[in-house]
Amino acid sequence: MTDSKYFTTTKKGEIFELKAELNSDKKEKKKEAVKKVIASMTVGKDVSALFPDVVNCMQTDNLELKKLVYLYLMNYAKSQPDMAIMAVNTFVKDCEDPNPLIRALAVRTMGCIRVDKITEYLCEPLRKCLKDEDPYVRKTAAVCVAKLHDINAQLVEDQGFLDTLKDLISDSNPMVVANAVAALSEIAESHPSSNLLDLNPQSINKLLTALNECTEWGQIFILDCLANYTPKDDREAQSICERVTPRLSHANSAVVLSAVKVLMKFMEMLSKDLDYYGTLLKKLAPPLVTLLSAEPELQYVALRNINLIVQKRPEILKHEMKVFFVKYNDPIYVKLEKLDIMIRLASQANIAQVLAELKEYATEVDVDFVRKAVRAIGRCAIKVEQSAERCVSTLLDLIQTKVNYVVQEAIVVIKDIFRKYPNKYESVIATLCENLDSLDEPEARAAMIWIVGEYAERIDNADELLESFLEGFHDESTQVQLQLLTAIVKLFLKKPTETQELVQQVLSLATQDSDNPDLRDRGYIYWRLLSTDPVAAKEVVLAEKPLISEETDLIEPTLLDELICYIGTLASVYHKPPSAFVEGGRGVVHKSLPPRTASSESTESPETAPAGAPSGDQPDVIPTQGDLLGDLLNLDLGPPVSGPPLATSSVQMGAVDLLGGGLDSLMGDEPEGIGGPNFVAPSAATVPANLGASMGSGLSDLFDLTSGVGTLSGSYVAPKAVWLPAMKAKGLEISGTFTRQVGSISMDLQLTNKALQVMTDFAIQFNRNSFGLAPAAPLQIHAPLSPNQTVEISLPLNTVGSVMKMEPLNNLQVAVKNNIDVFYFSTLYPLHILFVEDGKMDRQMFLATWKDIPNENEAQFQIRDCPLNAEAVSSRLQSSNIFTVAKRNVEGQDMLYQSLKLTNGIWVLAELRIQPGNPSFTLSLKCRAPEVSQHVYQAYETILKN
Amino acid sequence: MIHSLFLINCSGDIFLEKHWKSVVSQSVCDYFFEAQEKAADVENVPPVISTPHHYLISIYRDKLFFVSVIQTEVPPLFVIEFLHRVADTFQDYFGSSNVGDTLPTGQLSNIPWRRAGVKYTNNEAYFDVVEEIDAIIDKSGSTVFAEIQGVIDACIKLSGMPDLSLSFMNPRLLDDVSFHPCIRFKRWESERVLSFIPPDGNFRLISYRVSSQNLVAIPVYVKHCISFKENSSCGRFDITIGPKQNMGKTIEGITVTVHMPKVVLNMNLTPTQGSYTFDPVTKVLTWDVGKITPQKLPSLKGLVNLQSGAPKPEENPSLNIQFKIQQLAISGLKVNRLDMYGEKYKPFKGVKYVTKAGKFQVRT
Repeated sequence: MTDSKYFTTTKKGEIFELKAELNSDKKEKKKEAVKKVIASMTVGKDVSALFPDVVNCMQTDNLELKKLVYLYLMNYAKSQPDMAIMAVNTFVKDCEDPNPLIRALAVRTMGCIRVDKITEYLCEPLRKCLKDEDPYVRKTAAVCVAKLHDINAQLVEDQGFLDTLKDLISDSNPMVVANAVAALSEIAESHPSSNLLDLNPQSINKLLTALNECTEWGQIFILDCLANYTPKDDREAQSICERVTPRLSHANSAVVLSAVKVLMKFMEMLSKDLDYYGTLLKKLAPPLVTLLSAEPELQYVALRNINLIVQKRPEILKHEMKVFFVKYNDPIYVKLEKLDIMIRLASQANIAQVLAELKEYATEVDVDFVRKAVRAIGRCAIKVEQSAERCVSTLLDLIQTKVNYVVQEAIVVIKDIFRKYPNKYESVIATLCENLDSLDEPEARAAMIWIVGEYAERIDNADELLESFLEGFHDESTQVQLQLLTAIVKLFLKKPTETQELVQQVLSLATQDSDNPDLRDRGYIYWRLLSTDPVAAKEVVLAEKPLISEETDLIEPTLLDELICYIGTLASVYHKPPSAFVEGGRGVVHKSLPPRTASSESTESPETAPAGAPSGDQPDVIPTQGDLLGDLLNLDLGPPVSGPPLATSSVQMGAVDLLGGGLDSLMGDEPEGIGGPNFVAPSAATVPANLGASMGSGLSDLFDLTSGVGTLSGSYVAPKAVWLPAMKAKGLEISGTFTRQVGSISMDLQLTNKALQVMTDFAIQFNRNSFGLAPAAPLQIHAPLSPNQTVEISLPLNTVGSVMKMEPLNNLQVAVKNNIDVFYFSTLYPLHILFVEDGKMDRQMFLATWKDIPNENEAQFQIRDCPLNAEAVSSRLQSSNIFTVAKRNVEGQDMLYQSLKLTNGIWVLAELRIQPGNPSFTLSLKCRAPEVSQHVYQAYETILKN
Repeated sequence: MIHSLFLINCSGDIFLEKHWKSVVSQSVCDYFFEAQEKAADVENVPPVISTPHHYLISIYRDKLFFVSVIQTEVPPLFVIEFLHRVADTFQDYFGSSNVGDTLPTGQLSNIPWRRAGVKYTNNEAYFDVVEEIDAIIDKSGSTVFAEIQGVIDACIKLSGMPDLSLSFMNPRLLDDVSFHPCIRFKRWESERVLSFIPPDGNFRLISYRVSSQNLVAIPVYVKHCISFKENSSCGRFDITIGPKQNMGKTIEGITVTVHMPKVVLNMNLTPTQGSYTFDPVTKVLTWDVGKITPQKLPSLKGLVNLQSGAPKPEENPSLNIQFKIQQLAISGLKVNRLDMYGEKYKPFKGVKYVTKAGKFQVRT
């Protein structure tokens, strides 16, 4: 006999028949009737008329019948609230039934009846059930509290159910604990400010015990709850991690991902020196990879999360490239995510494999995917320099296929490759020009036009090519029009004789016949430039361009850190904080990673550099992942840049928008902001005189200035340099320097308001850095800063902030906020501000330490053109806390043995050889952390030459 | 958590809906249909869709969409895993025609995954070690990517509360494992033994992944030559399958599936063995090969007719291979012994091995 028979009676008068059967004396008949009623209900027939008759069947010992009646009640109670009260008595009775299954069933059903009228009758039975002797009843009751809270929050609070629920976290039964956590989490979501889940080490211990024994769904709730806890120190963090790690082997992918979240978050607190840290990194890879063998929907969510994890800790999956290779029958949404992760993991070590794969993908059927694959090849070229040549030849192969959209994508990315590696691959221009006619997408056309304009001198018929575009000028998109305008102006400046007519034509088209203000503005600026000062025009328009950055779509570091806290949630799928999309922003509290417990050793153990970031003596010109793009460029580029190098790396990335500041409007829609630096140059030429400091390069300002203003007492103080030019910060200009006086470090800032509006609400924050520099007090600017006003302020610093190794080591990333916006810049601090006053080492100790440090840690430098004698050198260095431990005279040379200590306890020993009459000194440095040597040498240079 | 659930069939009918808190109008599914329209293929509908007031998280199983409506920030994997369980349950329930007339009763037991008072006249414990090879083989026949996805499925019919220990000859192979909650993790960590009180009936004991490339043997090779001539409406098609590292076992149940390019009108082929079909609508070629006998390797040769005048296809189709090898776990995993504690009787025990192709693709 099957249940299907219940669904077959569809005769007329059925309701009456059922009514009679329900009131029958025979138990069997009653049960059959209720089954028929339920069957009718599930197919959508209205059997609510039978409510009293069905409820009458409720008083029975038969569990099966009771379940059926409860099912009916849940469905119709809402539409028949008055009659539902009839059931209350039975509920109360059932809650005291000797059978725990019946008690639980009653309390579960009560929670599902969402009728306001009867909820208050349910409080007493619920209270009893919460304290029931049977865990099965308690765990069911716990969930019921959350359901009740959804209907009537006030009632639940007044009845003290929340406290009872909190007590259940310490219950002896793991299922009860899990359900209590689940209920509290759900309630807490609508009460973000309540401290419902305030955890302490004892409750954490309870949760961790319950974690091993409760159901998979309970584990997810417990893990998510654990992730909100902040351990008091690294030891506690480690012990929690150890107990969470077994969850990585769970068959339920949601459990795995929640465990990953807890580990990723708490790892932040562990020192990288710990063996355990390395173990944990290794343990994280296999479960993440395993997620990729699940159903495609799970894969998608997993991949979105892996994308975040790869950005935060590339080392976890750096050897797992192959699992991200695309299978032809993967759903498109999985393919695109895999591709993105492949690029993020691409490095010199695996680039050959990656390129072979990408080339394979570029011949697939799906157009979107093919486009992405072609773009990916370009991104590889830009990310991994060694692969650029192979990427270019791969792209050329693809252009040969003549498949229209492949060619267009290829041209767009080749343009970026030209930007990144100027004067290297221009030989391919001829091939590109052959495909000019087939380009019909604005982005590809704009890219091609840029190439023609940029290399006009090498393309014989550049004028003809550009002229051909000009014919349909008004039908082009703005992007193409702007590009065409710039390209023709470039062409004119390069070949003025033949192209005068052309440039006049485009200027008039842009300025007189266009409705687009961006286009008109740009046209006028060019026009005036060309007519007033052609030489200046050349300098502006043909200025050397800043390099573009490798990663254009990295998530901004603070957002990334926040998203890591949301692994496994919708936020991680959208890569947005919940405040950005959860309806009404209700229940959203910003989460942040716990700070690493500062350990004096941590700087000595260099973090593995992110994949693909070359490490050499020269600071790298391309910022590594997570750096604040433009500002590093600004600092590191050095003198040969004409005009201030700007952060124009990309317009796609959020952070750059902030940097772009007021330039955005000038740059218009231009894809990579080529016009940007050009416009700014003239103003820069006039600025330096007023500022007393060149805007060119922070490095030269810090170290090469010859007009010393060094003080005799206290460490050497470099003159203030401009750190944040006004045009990058909507009118706020910041210059500054670092000082160290009697043991305290400060950052001396000069803030100038060059905007037209008043600035208020200043605040400052540092990113984690190599030596844990952090503001010791908030930035105190009491009065608002009116236009053209300047304020000087000294910000005291300490070295107890979070530590993260930076590249270069003395790089400091700063965020300054005011009422207008948040601005980011980075600067290099001279290392001598970190030399502490008690850095004088005992002689014996010095000798022993010198021998003890291996020779490969010794670095030798030359200090040239220093006219001082040994005495003067010694006393000058001493004022900057470099102490002379001993002095010897060997064969007419003065040997100074010196020691210094950094704020984090690292000792540096030095031997300075001075030959009387020779202005060149030889400096040998020995240190257990050899990476500081270069910077200590720079400090010597700075102190001695000023 | 999940606010409402809609079940939608392939023709877009919402044939079942369930609401937990309040009723959400069916019209919310329009956002889903919109996404479905955009996706070329049903499989390509994104699993998470955002709408102005809700999030739709869906799975696609057995030609049905399970679309859940979410209103708060939740772990999507929680929802997706849950939906898959719902689908599993439906499959269990409706899959068998014989539905009992007693509704299942949740029974209390100290072990949440096992009923108390289980009784059998024949006490049996069977384990199936099933390994699937996922691989991408490139044009030249070298392996781009290969890994083994293995599972051990158990069918346990043992009375009382048996406590089992399963040990392996070579447990070191298993370094990336997902366990059924019944397994004692500590024992595994310290002794590499699976110790557990089993659920009653069929369940998946562990799943594991062996990815170290040198451990993954590729049991078959495919020689292929698929070419389309420029400016001609035909092409050549020729594939041959042979055994490679098959550990001396017979490879059977071989099927080759190829998604031919759109411009292919028809195919005129001759198999030396088995039979083939070509569906001119979906452009899918299926060749049911059967067994490989090394003396005479199966091949499929012939002509491809293309739409006349259409340009020659750019993309080369990938071959999807299915096969099966009985009595072999390709990773070399072997069960050593099964011990039972806690009960007095002597159970009947058995282990079966089988290796299959998972996502096994050969690029041409």
